[in-house]
Amino acid sequence: MRQPAAYRVSHLDALEAESVFVIREVVAELERPVLLFSGGKDSIVMLRLAEKAFTPARIPFPVMHVDTGHNFAEVLDYRDQRVAEMGLHLVVASVPEALESGLVQESADGMRNRIQTPVLLDAVEKYRFDALFGGARRDEEKARAKERVFSFRDDFGQWDPKNQRPELWSLYNGRHHPGESIRIFPLSNWTELDVWHYIAREKLSLPSIYYAHEREVIERDGMLYAVNEFISPRGTETPFPAQVRYRTVGDASCTAAVRSDADTVEKVIEEVAATRITERGATRGDDRVSEAAMEDRKREGYF
Amino acid sequence: MTATAIPTEARSMDLLRFATAGSVDDGKSTLIGRLLYDTKSLFTDQLEAVEAVSQARGDEYTNLALLTDGLRAEREQGITIDVAYRYFATPRRKFIIADTPGHTQYTRNMVTGASTADLALILVDARKGLVEQSRRHAFLCSLLRVPHLVLCVNKMDLVDWSQDVFERIADEFTAFAAKLEAPDLTVVPISALRGDNIVSRSENTPWYEGPSLLHHLEHVHIASDRNLVDVRFPVQYVIRPQSTTVTDYRGYAGQVASGVLKPGDEVMVLPSGFTSRIVAIETADGPVEEAFPPMSVTVRLTDEIDISRGDLICRPTNAPAVAQDIEAMICWMDETRPLRVGAKYAIKHTTRSARAVIRGLRYRLDVNSLHRDESATELNLNEIGRVRLRTTVPLLADEYRRNRTTGGFIVIDEMTNRTVGAGMIVETG
Repeated sequence: MRQPAAYRVSHLDALEAESVFVIREVVAELERPVLLFSGGKDSIVMLRLAEKAFTPARIPFPVMHVDTGHNFAEVLDYRDQRVAEMGLHLVVASVPEALESGLVQESADGMRNRIQTPVLLDAVEKYRFDALFGGARRDEEKARAKERVFSFRDDFGQWDPKNQRPELWSLYNGRHHPGESIRIFPLSNWTELDVWHYIAREKLSLPSIYYAHEREVIERDGMLYAVNEFISPRGTETPFPAQVRYRTVGDASCTAAVRSDADTVEKVIEEVAATRITERGATRGDDRVSEAAMEDRKREGYF
Repeated sequence: MTATAIPTEARSMDLLRFATAGSVDDGKSTLIGRLLYDTKSLFTDQLEAVEAVSQARGDEYTNLALLTDGLRAEREQGITIDVAYRYFATPRRKFIIADTPGHTQYTRNMVTGASTADLALILVDARKGLVEQSRRHAFLCSLLRVPHLVLCVNKMDLVDWSQDVFERIADEFTAFAAKLEAPDLTVVPISALRGDNIVSRSENTPWYEGPSLLHHLEHVHIASDRNLVDVRFPVQYVIRPQSTTVTDYRGYAGQVASGVLKPGDEVMVLPSGFTSRIVAIETADGPVEEAFPPMSVTVRLTDEIDISRGDLICRPTNAPAVAQDIEAMICWMDETRPLRVGAKYAIKHTTRSARAVIRGLRYRLDVNSLHRDESATELNLNEIGRVRLRTTVPLLADEYRRNRTTGGFIVIDEMTNRTVGAGMIVETG
């Protein structure tokens, strides 16, 4: 048995208790929740919290992956393995299929970040999901700093930052009309460092690309991109081997790696604690488009 | 001692949530920027982005408000339109800041930010002293029962570090706070721009014997702010595995609102009034000997009694009211329609939902003068009043002053589903 020490609660225990409360609240009040599971570290933590919320019962909702078709093989393998182990039902919302059917068209720059939004919304409509758990955190980006834990979306999946429901105490309002939905962010109050501390504490396994490894990369706009089937050298860019790891895992065509020797969770924690650049700033080409790139995508229904 | 290193060892840290109030002119954004910067929680790409935008707009100095005012409309209009959450940590504590805008029309945001805060930080400009807004912020913090209050007298460099100026403001605020039954109050002379008394004690204020702001935030004792006396466990969800390996399992999942629960305790379940005994308190990491706030646990009882979401587990000798007639202070948050007597709303109280009719409005409170207007017939956006309401099903409720979890509720418009009000229970009958 765990011994209480003068009713102390560590910050990780407090964050965990809050997230578990949020996840249970959704299952109690909404009809058809789904958890967005990309195989990224935040969604892995969220899945662990969902497991904790309902044990000894199984997680009472499916997971969904919005598959851009630009994947890191290690991450897809991890996704499938985890889904099998936990006996989860996986829904894949596929961008390549949506391109084929004409639902979306490839954007001029080849990035699939923006076109995954209609694909996500299409799946939400098809399966009539009314609550979508996402792993977004408020510390990631300033448009997210004002996001609610229960974030209302209209029947076009749109976010209206000026018209959000006030969120008081732990009283979350998940009411909505048919066709509308709620995005749920159980990790709202976690930081990148909290996530890593939790991964260490819970001994969670992660896709190997989160840890340092050697890879052929090119330098583009000051960021290191892996050379693979989605990214090839342009002009004067020359590939070179480097010791890197990924801080975020998104679409393989716009997610960059960082130089790192951190090959264990402890070393990653040290590195994250010492770093002076935000994870999205260091690794996401998609956020660099403009000052309000994230807000604009979120308004359209992006995560 | 300074505490600027970021922790790599997380086990000994706890969590403090605080709300900040004040306008841009008081230097609130500068202060938050300073706290983030001095605890190395501000990242270079964030700072560079803010510097670039400040320069492009022709600001004379780097406008740290841009760190949180990320929405397009905010940057265009130069205002803060919503509560922004910011995070930093020292080796002792993780901090969550609810940064609330200070404009008159945004009482809604201040109430929202204060609802979860352990501490509120109010800023005043040393040159101007207390203004109407400072009093309003203090009142809202006391209404929301924020246990700790810190008044930062900022821009002390602009009044030549005058002890007289500081003490005049501190005395005036202390006298005002006493009328509000304000809780623990600390007053700190600072210069957010120059960093005086933020992380470490300043040489410019040798007459000040108190702690630096960060030292206070790190050490203020919050553990006993929790109510560990009244056992209140609102049932959130009933866990019943549909499984061949786990059979006959029935667990009541929830977050402990107050009190300490132990296996063997005799408990009463409301509203039914049935009594039973706790067999086990479980978590995914195994059973625990005690559960206390804010733990999320699963409680199992000896008897098979009918318990569902919205019920509450307490002790037979210490129970909340089971009441349909409620008196509450309500802060109205809807700009489209006012609260009116006779109107019906949905309300959410702990894990329980009900409908309610507004039976009467005793008075509307002027948050600046604290004058009670008994002739008021409605509450508009950002107005606060004492309301009588009757609910369709009983609430399992305590006075808000005794229990922030079982004493607070939200009001929801049944047509639009928007959250339109925040209620704090004063009396049940």
